[in-house]
Amino acid sequence: MKSSKLSSGTLVALGVAAFALVAAAVVAAAPFIRPGDAGVASVASAATVGGPFRLVSSRGGALSDVDLKGKPFAIFFGFTHCPEVCPTSLWDMSEALKRLGPKGEDLKVLFVTVDPERDTPEILARYLQSFDPRIIGLSGARKDIDAVARAYRVYWRKIPTSDGDYTMDHTSLIYLMDAEGGYSGFIAYKDDAETRDRKLNALLDAKGPTG
Amino acid sequence: MLNSFRIPGAFARLCRRMYLEEALAAAAFAMFLLTLSAQALMAHEFKAGAIEIEHPWTRATPNGASVGAGYLVLKNEGTTPDRLVAATAEGAQKVEIHEMSMKDGVMIMRPVAGGIAVPAQGSVALKPGSYHLMLMGLKQPLKQGAMVNGTLTFEKAGTVPVQFKVESIAAQGGSDGGGHDHMTMPSGK
Ligand SMILES: [Cu+2]
Repeated sequence: MKSSKLSSGTLVALGVAAFALVAAAVVAAAPFIRPGDAGVASVASAATVGGPFRLVSSRGGALSDVDLKGKPFAIFFGFTHCPEVCPTSLWDMSEALKRLGPKGEDLKVLFVTVDPERDTPEILARYLQSFDPRIIGLSGARKDIDAVARAYRVYWRKIPTSDGDYTMDHTSLIYLMDAEGGYSGFIAYKDDAETRDRKLNALLDAKGPTG
Repeated sequence: MLNSFRIPGAFARLCRRMYLEEALAAAAFAMFLLTLSAQALMAHEFKAGAIEIEHPWTRATPNGASVGAGYLVLKNEGTTPDRLVAATAEGAQKVEIHEMSMKDGVMIMRPVAGGIAVPAQGSVALKPGSYHLMLMGLKQPLKQGAMVNGTLTFEKAGTVPVQFKVESIAAQGGSDGGGHDHMTMPSGK
């Protein structure tokens, strides 16, 4: 191979590009910073969001990452004893699916409980009757929930209330995963309908022609 | 956080073109409209001594849900501060006072010890994303359009009956009274 001298202009351009990449990585990683009161702050790079899992579906039987290969999906975490964020996210997602119409037919939307002790697959199934039928609830053994939460960089914590009850803190982001199971972005709780639609459309368009 | 990067160019151009007076007039008109619709929404209210309890409402709950959230605005017209210390709601085993917040994409919720202060000549709002009454152990789902009887207990003003209006499952308590209160206006927050 011939060695070619790099001009100073090229070097500057490379430097700018490298800086932009680092800046983009920092911005992309920002949502994965755990809240300060949770102990050690951990910053995950986007490349590490996602991974193998095998959970129990609200439709019966098991569902694993392998079953999802070839189609993009959205996945988020919550629990049914949630007063606002979970029902609102499920509602917003149901409305977005409605707006996507046939284009969203193949989009799997997964709602994983971080509270498997209370949210059995049956309870999830009943709860999800209030939302778009395409949304699948996932529960399972505590260790399997822990594993999928770790894979998706999801933070959760039980918070005791009165009389031995508890509520839960949890990550509210909706992760968008491509057909290969790779991370491709997230929808935030405060995203408006237009932003949600744009992100979902981008996810579905990225997989190329349907079929 | 990320929102601050998304200031639409068209809006910025529009701002530059508008004269200050025009902008102020538009803003004043917008405030006027907001006040009107807010007043229409706040049609139902209750009293506890000098404290006005405006529009207690709750959101319809999904199938089989055992928790719900109650919201309202407390306005203290008196000269002594008070505290909301307890609440009940029919059909809920218990009601706790909680505070919710969002931190780096994580929803955080905590019981509020000692209740919520209602300052003299001041007000406090229990609203989505913030303070709320946590209705726990619901025997029945909350159905949109229903009224739920309950009580609020204040440290000084005592216990008063209220009714929570059950709004849609999508309600966020915005001035539109329905839909998700997602403003698309650019914000510098
Ligand atoms: Cu709560």
